[in-house]
Amino acid sequence: MTWKTDLPVMLPVTKPEPEPFLGLKAWHILPVALFAILGPSLGFAQTEDGGQNPLVVLMNWAPLLLQGFVFNLVISVSAMALGTVVGALLGLGQISLIPVVRGGSWFVTQFFRNAPWLVLLFFAMFLLPFEISILGLKIPFPDWLKAILGLSLPVMANVSEIVRGAVRSLPSGQWEAAESLAYTRMQTLWLIILPQCVKRMLPPWMNLYSILTMATVLASIVGVSEVMTLTGQALASEGGRPELLAPFYGFVLLLFFIYCYPIARFTVRLEKKFAVIG
Amino acid sequence: MSWNTSDPMVSLKDVHKSFGDLKVLNGVSLDVMKGDVICIIGPSGSGKSTLIRCINALNDIQQGSILVEGQEVNDPKLNKLELRKKVGMVFQQYNLFPHKTALQNVMMAPVRVLKQDKDAAEKSARALIKKVRLEGKEDAYPGELSGGQQQRVAIARSLAMQPDVILFDEVTAALDPETVGEVLQTIKDLAEDGMTCILVTHEMAFAREVADHIYFTDRGVIVEHGPPDTFFKNAQDPRTKEFLSQIL
Repeated sequence: MTWKTDLPVMLPVTKPEPEPFLGLKAWHILPVALFAILGPSLGFAQTEDGGQNPLVVLMNWAPLLLQGFVFNLVISVSAMALGTVVGALLGLGQISLIPVVRGGSWFVTQFFRNAPWLVLLFFAMFLLPFEISILGLKIPFPDWLKAILGLSLPVMANVSEIVRGAVRSLPSGQWEAAESLAYTRMQTLWLIILPQCVKRMLPPWMNLYSILTMATVLASIVGVSEVMTLTGQALASEGGRPELLAPFYGFVLLLFFIYCYPIARFTVRLEKKFAVIG
Repeated sequence: MSWNTSDPMVSLKDVHKSFGDLKVLNGVSLDVMKGDVICIIGPSGSGKSTLIRCINALNDIQQGSILVEGQEVNDPKLNKLELRKKVGMVFQQYNLFPHKTALQNVMMAPVRVLKQDKDAAEKSARALIKKVRLEGKEDAYPGELSGGQQQRVAIARSLAMQPDVILFDEVTAALDPETVGEVLQTIKDLAEDGMTCILVTHEMAFAREVADHIYFTDRGVIVEHGPPDTFFKNAQDPRTKEFLSQIL
């Protein structure tokens, strides 16, 4: 149906597509990454140098790199779980009626929210002991566990803000209605306020998870054997051939993209859905 | 603390309330007997809503006394939960819980707050939904109901707590004109059943028909009050006269 009129009527509003950068859309990274991987090997065929085709080299290393990537995912899921649990408590602390709890939670949240992730990671790495002894029992405290703890700190602070923001975003009428029905504050929170907050919190929470997943490569700087560390080691053991750089890092890019992009798309869909229902 | 049904159920004496520097109530006194229906009318910003919100302690007051069945509300040691079990409230914006169905909205507080048996609570909730003429809408979510229907669910939700008095805060002000009537009819049914009702309203014809007593407030004081017939026909104070001439 076409809409043509000179009368001042309301036309159906169609939301314009977001202006793409240089005509590129997010999924265009796929061919770019593939080109990065395949390009050098195509070029390689024309050279007369000895070594193996870069693509073949990459395929040899791929299982190990994938293993490293899975480790990144383990770190991201663990840090997210830990950060979410502690962050949710902290967020509830921020809306507490007890001034000390509220102030303390606010301070901790703001402190960790405004700290660079890498610095927090270094703190966790170098301040935590390599083992803890409880009742004479020595429990090792490996680097990857410290990385999880270090990354869960900014997650915690961000989750705290997501919870506080969601609770604040509900109309005050919901609190008043619950109050006038003689619900206790705890009942109001658990039965009425928080259930309504979950869907408001889900999109920013998933967004945070994407960011965290991509930030897990920071753990390579502190020596955890995740995908970036292994990529570096693989490249080194191949003698640091420059034509391998693009395929290897292109491969890592691709892994993160394939994992994170669907999450981003799903988040956008959730946001749109909840924007309508409200 | 003894209270007889011959004493006022709700009694306000010289109530003062301010928000910061803004004085909203400047010494309000009124008595509501059991079974009374009273309407509070007056220009916007005259403190009507604040006045009834003080009765169930949603707002605190700075000075004066509010007795509900002999219980002092202006008391730091007040058990607000016990007070609110006796005093129901219906809001202008309905404030139903959007994640719960109509039935759940009505039966949740009796189960969770009054610790009623779930089956018994559901049975009475269904009866209440029928009473407000919403049979068949039990499983609808608030978002699926019209404003008038939502407001009637809100009335049923308040009734489910078996309060002794219900406060109505401009409950038809946010409604489409065609749904105002159904909500007013529901309140009228309640009044005829003998429920004690305190209403803040702009519906003059309704106030005249249903109220036992009308209070006119302006700038935080009660300017004039009386039974509807006297009040609407023989208003004495110039402020009341001016207000009525603009409204009627």
